[in-house]
Amino acid sequence: MTALRDAPSEGPAYRFRVNGEPREVAVPGMRRLLDVLREDLGLSGTKEGCGEGECGACSVILDGLVVDSCLVPVCQVDGSDIHTVEGLADAEHGTLSPLQQAFLEAGGAQCGICTPGMLMAAQAYLDAGGGPDEDGIREAIAGNLCRCTGYTKIIEAIEMAALERGARA
Amino acid sequence: MREPARDERLAVETPVVLPPPAPGQVPLPTLGRARPAPLRREGPDKLTGKARYTDDIVLPGAWYGATIRSTEPHARLLGMELDPEFDWSRVVVMTAADIPGENIVSSIKSDMPALADGVIRHHAEPVALVAAPDKATLREARRRITLRTEPLEPVFDPFESTQQFAAYEVGRGDVEAAFAKASLVIEGEYRVGHQEQLYIENQAMIAEPRPDGGITITGSMQCPYYVHDALKRALALSDTQAVISQAETGGGFGGKEEFPSVVAIHAALLAQRVGKPVRMIYNRHEDIAASTKRHPAVIRYRTGIGADGSLVSQDVEVVMDGGAYCTLTPVVLSRGVLHAGGPYECPNVRIRGRAMATNTPPNGAFRGFGAPQVEFAAELQVARAADQLGVSPAALRERWLYREGGVTPTGQVLRESVAAAEVLERATEAAEYERVRELSVQTRGVRWSQAAEAGRGIGSTRVQSAPGIGLALAWHGAGFTGSGEVHLASVAGVELGDDGVVRVLIANTEIGQGTNTIFPMLAGEALGIDPSEVQMAPVDTSLVPDSGPTVASRTAMVVGGLVIKAAQRLRATVEARSGAPFAQSYRRDARANGATRVDERFEPYPNVAFDDETYTGDAYPAFGWACAVAQVEVDLDTAEVRVRSVVSADDVGRVIHPVLAEGQVEGGTLQAVGYATIEEMKMDNGRYANDRLSTYLIPTSMDAPDITSILVEKPFSGAPHGAKGVGELPMDVVAPAVIDAIHDAVGVWITQLPATPERILAALRVLGS
Repeated sequence: MTALRDAPSEGPAYRFRVNGEPREVAVPGMRRLLDVLREDLGLSGTKEGCGEGECGACSVILDGLVVDSCLVPVCQVDGSDIHTVEGLADAEHGTLSPLQQAFLEAGGAQCGICTPGMLMAAQAYLDAGGGPDEDGIREAIAGNLCRCTGYTKIIEAIEMAALERGARA
Repeated sequence: MREPARDERLAVETPVVLPPPAPGQVPLPTLGRARPAPLRREGPDKLTGKARYTDDIVLPGAWYGATIRSTEPHARLLGMELDPEFDWSRVVVMTAADIPGENIVSSIKSDMPALADGVIRHHAEPVALVAAPDKATLREARRRITLRTEPLEPVFDPFESTQQFAAYEVGRGDVEAAFAKASLVIEGEYRVGHQEQLYIENQAMIAEPRPDGGITITGSMQCPYYVHDALKRALALSDTQAVISQAETGGGFGGKEEFPSVVAIHAALLAQRVGKPVRMIYNRHEDIAASTKRHPAVIRYRTGIGADGSLVSQDVEVVMDGGAYCTLTPVVLSRGVLHAGGPYECPNVRIRGRAMATNTPPNGAFRGFGAPQVEFAAELQVARAADQLGVSPAALRERWLYREGGVTPTGQVLRESVAAAEVLERATEAAEYERVRELSVQTRGVRWSQAAEAGRGIGSTRVQSAPGIGLALAWHGAGFTGSGEVHLASVAGVELGDDGVVRVLIANTEIGQGTNTIFPMLAGEALGIDPSEVQMAPVDTSLVPDSGPTVASRTAMVVGGLVIKAAQRLRATVEARSGAPFAQSYRRDARANGATRVDERFEPYPNVAFDDETYTGDAYPAFGWACAVAQVEVDLDTAEVRVRSVVSADDVGRVIHPVLAEGQVEGGTLQAVGYATIEEMKMDNGRYANDRLSTYLIPTSMDAPDITSILVEKPFSGAPHGAKGVGELPMDVVAPAVIDAIHDAVGVWITQLPATPERILAALRVLGS
C-alpha cells in the first residue's frame, strides 16, 4: 500500500488486520492509528474530532474493544484485529448492516461526522451481547459526542438493531 | 454534473406513522403524511464512511497551511522574526502586505482584516500564514516564527467599551406612565456567556489554484456565496475566478456561517502563492480558540403588572459583547432586541439594545442568533412574576401570550399563524405539567429547607437530590429580520436537464438538517413525480444560483417556497408543450426540446413591510412558537443538575419530514440543555481558558434528557407549503425551562447561565444564611 499523503515512509513494519484483511505499514511506532487508517491505508471513514480522546469520532474496534484511534500508537496494534466503519456494510451485496439500516431508518445520522465512531461503539455494544436497554446503550455511547441529534434517535436506532438481532437469534 | 453518489439498493423507504391531526387543525397536503417520508438521501454514504468531508479529500501534491496567531488581546504589531537557522525557502510565509486584494473579510462592516496589520485586537487573531509541503516541516516553521509586539491596554468589559457596533430601540405606548400605575414591578439582571457551536467537524478548507488565475475552494461551510464574496474581495478575483464548492459538512449551527470566509481566504492566499492546492484544516484547539461564539449578553429587565394581573409594561436593556470585530453582530443584536419582549402582548414596551467591541475573539452566528440570550431573561421574568403572584406559570402565560391580531413592540400585527396558546396547551398536557407542578409545590417547603442546608456543605442533607419541574414559552421570527429577504433577493432554480433528469439548483447546504432530503420532496410534489426522481445539483457557485445563506431557519421556508414555485412553472411549461402530465412527459420533453431551467427570484411576502429606519412594521413574515416543560434533579451534595426530561411542542408551520423535523428539535433541545447547565467559556486575559474539548464540556448521552417532541402545524400563508422553519426554536425555549425547574427544585433563581454547581451553591448559601 503506498502512502496517500504525508505519511512518514520509514520505520519498522507493523502487521495487523483491518476489517479482516491483513495489512502492513512501515511507519514510526508512535504514529497514531487514526493517521495510519486515514492516510496510510486510505480508510477515511474514521474521523478526527478532537485529537485528545474526548469526542469518540475516531472510535474503532480493537480486539473487541472500542478505542479512540487518536490515542493509540500503531506500535500497540501489531498483531491485532481492527474493525472500522468501512467493514460494517456487506461490500459484496452493497447492503447496509442491520445497525446501519436502523440508523438510516430512525434518523440516527444527521451531519454524519460522529456517525462512524458512533456506529463502532454501538457495534461493540451489540457484539458484547448488549440488548435493547436504554441505560446500557447510553453508557455504551457515552464516549461518543454528537452535537446534532440529542442522542434520541441514535439510542432508538441501537435499540432497533438490538431488537432485530434478538428476533433473528 | 456529477450525480449524487448513492447506492439505489440502499435507499429503502419506510412508512412513517404519524398521530392523527388535532381537532380543528387545518388539513394539510399529503406531503410527508400519507406518503412515506424518504430516508436521508446522503444517509448511506454517511453510514458507510464513503461521504467525503473536507479532510477526507486526497489531493496529491497538496501543501499544508497554518495560521500564525496573536498571543495577546491588544497590541501594536511591530513585526515578525523568522529564525535565521531555518531554511525558509522550504516554506511560504505571508503577511498582510502580501494580500493582492483588500485586506478585509467581507461581512456587514469592512472592519476585520484577513491578517492583522499594525494592530492586534484580540487573542488568536490571524497575523501571518505559513504553508509547507508536509506537516513536519510546517510544525518546524511555525515554531520558528516570533511576533514582535508592544502591548496596548485591552478592554474586556462591554460596559467599559467606547466602541459601539450597533444600537437599536423599539417600543410602543407610554412605558414610564404604565410603570407608575403598575401594582407589581419585577426587576432582574440576567447574564449569559459565550457558547461554542462545537460542530464535531472542525473548520476545514482546501484551496486549489485555477488555470484562469482564480481559486477553487472546497470546504466545510453553510454559505458558499458568503465565501465567494469574501474570496473575490481579498484576492481581487472576478465572479468566475472564485469557485466555491461545499464538501460534506459535519455540522454548523451558525459556526460555519461567516467564519469559513476567514479560513477560505487564508487557504486561497497560500494556494495562489504556492501554486499548488493548500489544505487548511483546523484542529479542535485552534477551532475553539479562534472561531466565533454565541454573544455574551447582559439583559436588564423591568416588568410591570397591573392590579388585575395583566402585563402592562416592559422595559428591557440588552448589552451584547461583540468581541473585537463586527462580524454579524448588528443582525444578532437586532434579532435579540426584536425578541426580548418574549411571546407576550404588552401595550407599553421599550427595548433598547447595544453591542460593544471588546478585545476578545469576535462573536458571531449561533443557532438562535441573539434570541436565546434575551428569551432566557424574558421567561425568567414571567416565571418570577407567576411566583410572586402565586399563580400557575402556565395560566399566567396563557393570559399574556400573543393571539391572532396581537401587536408586537414594532407595531407588527400578528395576522396569522400564531400558535403560542396551542404549543403551551400541547406541551403542558403531554407533560402533565399542572398535576406534577401542584404536587411539587405542595412539597416545596421541606425540599427547599433541605436545599438551603445544602448550601452549608457536602453531606449536610438527608436526601440525595431534589426534583423540579419548569416551563417556558418562546417565539422565533422565521427567516431574515426586517427587509433582509428583500435585500437578499435570493434565486433558486429547478432544471429539467437534456439528460431527462430533474435537478434542484440551490446554494443552500446540507449540514445535517436534511436539505438534500426535503428539497426533492418539495420539488417532487410540485412536479407530480416521486422525490427519488429529483436530484440535488452539487452546491458549487459555478453551478447553482445564489439562493442565500443556510441560516435563520430560512432554507425550508424561503428557499423551499422558491423551489416549489419554480417547479410549478417548470411543470406548466412542459405540460403546455406536451399536453400530458409532467410525470408522463418530462423525459420525452427533454429529449425533444433539450434542457429547460426555471429560476425563481424572491418576491416580498404580500402585506409584509418593515421600515429599517424607524424599526417599525413587520419584523418577520411569521413567527414559530415553542413551549418546553423540563424536569430536573438537583443533587443536594454537589448541586449538579440532571435534566431528566424535556417535553417540547414546536409550531413549525408545516412539517415537511417528521423524522428530520424531530431531529432538529431533539438536537436543539440538547444544545440548550448544555447552554443552561454546563457549557461555559472561561476567559483569561481575553483568551478562552478552556479552549479544548477536555475542558469545554458538551452534553454526552448520559447527560441527555429523555426528549419528547410534539410538532404543531400552524401554516404560514406566504410560503406555498406553509413551513416556517424549525432549527432555532428549541434553542430559545429550553434553557429558561431548565432554570425554572431548578427554582422549583431548590428555591433559587439562577440568573446567570450556565447554572453551574458553583452558582447554585452560592445562591443556596444566600438562602441558607
